[in-house]
Amino acid sequence: MMRFEAPDSFEGAVALLAAEGGTTRVLAGGTDVLVQLRSDMFTPDLMVDIKRIPGVHDVTAEGGGWRVGAAVSGAELNEHPEVKKDWPGVCEALDLIGSTQVQGRATLTGNLCNASPAADSVPAMIAAGAVVTIAGPDGEREAKAEDIATGPGKTSLKLGELVTSVFLPARGTGGGDCYLRFIPRTEMDIAVVGAAVSMTVEGGKITAARVSLGAVAPTALLVEDAATAIIGSSLDEAALTALGEAASAAANPISDKRGTVAFRTKVAGVLAQRAAKTAYERAIK
Amino acid sequence: MIHVNTKINGDETEFLCDPRETMLDVLRDKLALTGAKEGCGTGDCGACSITVDGRLVCACLMLGAEADGREIGTVEGIATGEKLHVLQQKFLEHAALQCGICTPGILVATKALLEKHPDPTETQVRYWLAGNLCRCTGYDKIIRAVMDAAKDMREAA
Repeated sequence: MMRFEAPDSFEGAVALLAAEGGTTRVLAGGTDVLVQLRSDMFTPDLMVDIKRIPGVHDVTAEGGGWRVGAAVSGAELNEHPEVKKDWPGVCEALDLIGSTQVQGRATLTGNLCNASPAADSVPAMIAAGAVVTIAGPDGEREAKAEDIATGPGKTSLKLGELVTSVFLPARGTGGGDCYLRFIPRTEMDIAVVGAAVSMTVEGGKITAARVSLGAVAPTALLVEDAATAIIGSSLDEAALTALGEAASAAANPISDKRGTVAFRTKVAGVLAQRAAKTAYERAIK
Repeated sequence: MIHVNTKINGDETEFLCDPRETMLDVLRDKLALTGAKEGCGTGDCGACSITVDGRLVCACLMLGAEADGREIGTVEGIATGEKLHVLQQKFLEHAALQCGICTPGILVATKALLEKHPDPTETQVRYWLAGNLCRCTGYDKIIRAVMDAAKDMREAA
């Protein structure tokens, strides 16, 4: 028998999760959790709905960046003009997940903690340098977005811990990001490959960059070699070629019904190049 | 059992539900609101589309327990008494339904669309409805009915 609780504070949520001897799930948008529940793939002993906790639906300006509450839906984030202006890549990545109906519920935090290798918003958060806040029995801590998933469906969160918000850092001037994914149709599918690039451009030259790939390894990858390939350049042909090669070299995919190892490896390079071009255009605009 | 107080189509409603029960199960099996259909149960088909605090969602991807204190909208609340909503009327005029299973979900979804975008392009309508599958594949007439309803609603506004 599953127990359902909807506490009104993160302290309350942590206490419930920490005290539960059996299995637990945190419910934000529920677009993955409810599917697992229905298919009898997984029924936790305790389900903790965090949507009654004050502040979880808020997007707040903080130190030039944006703090996105754990229950802010894709629809809500994409209705926020300032976050969209600062982090179009993160917003478009979240917006790609599922239908209008799924957008009414799906969250950045849920996408991160569900730990699917193909999660669309995760490479975008990693490229953006997003930092999440985690509440737990020992108080609050912070973690980089790339340090949450440890494998398909597995996270680094410890017993009693849950993510309370995602912080997108200050964009500053000359910034641009982009997320692209390959799917065999135009809507409503799971990424075969995803690529996110975020960069800062000064006087036409890239001064900082982060590149992340999705669906080509057990977790989304932060590809430092790919970023190094374009830093200092004006995204000329040579830099783009080096970027594509570094992205393909980092890809470590499996073959499945969505795509083969060879296809995914090639597409990882191509998408990284295209995402970099769009991020560059956004940065210099 | 969990005791839930909610508002459905403007009416105060209370029900008891099992913690695992979805909002779709509650609507259909406890409240006799069978307009929302179960097509897939995994959020892919949109046949169970409802609104929660005005936001379009799949009732199969929500627990009944989550409805406490929220405002739910279903296809049963679209008409005003015996008077059909413009969208419902246009679906009849354009024969925009065949077997009818997807129709309640598409009506709820397009009503939400037109409240947000009163003057949508055809492309916008098609993308908005990407999560509403019609097994009879009657999409074209659906799109025509929605575009026609949008036009009438703009002229009436």
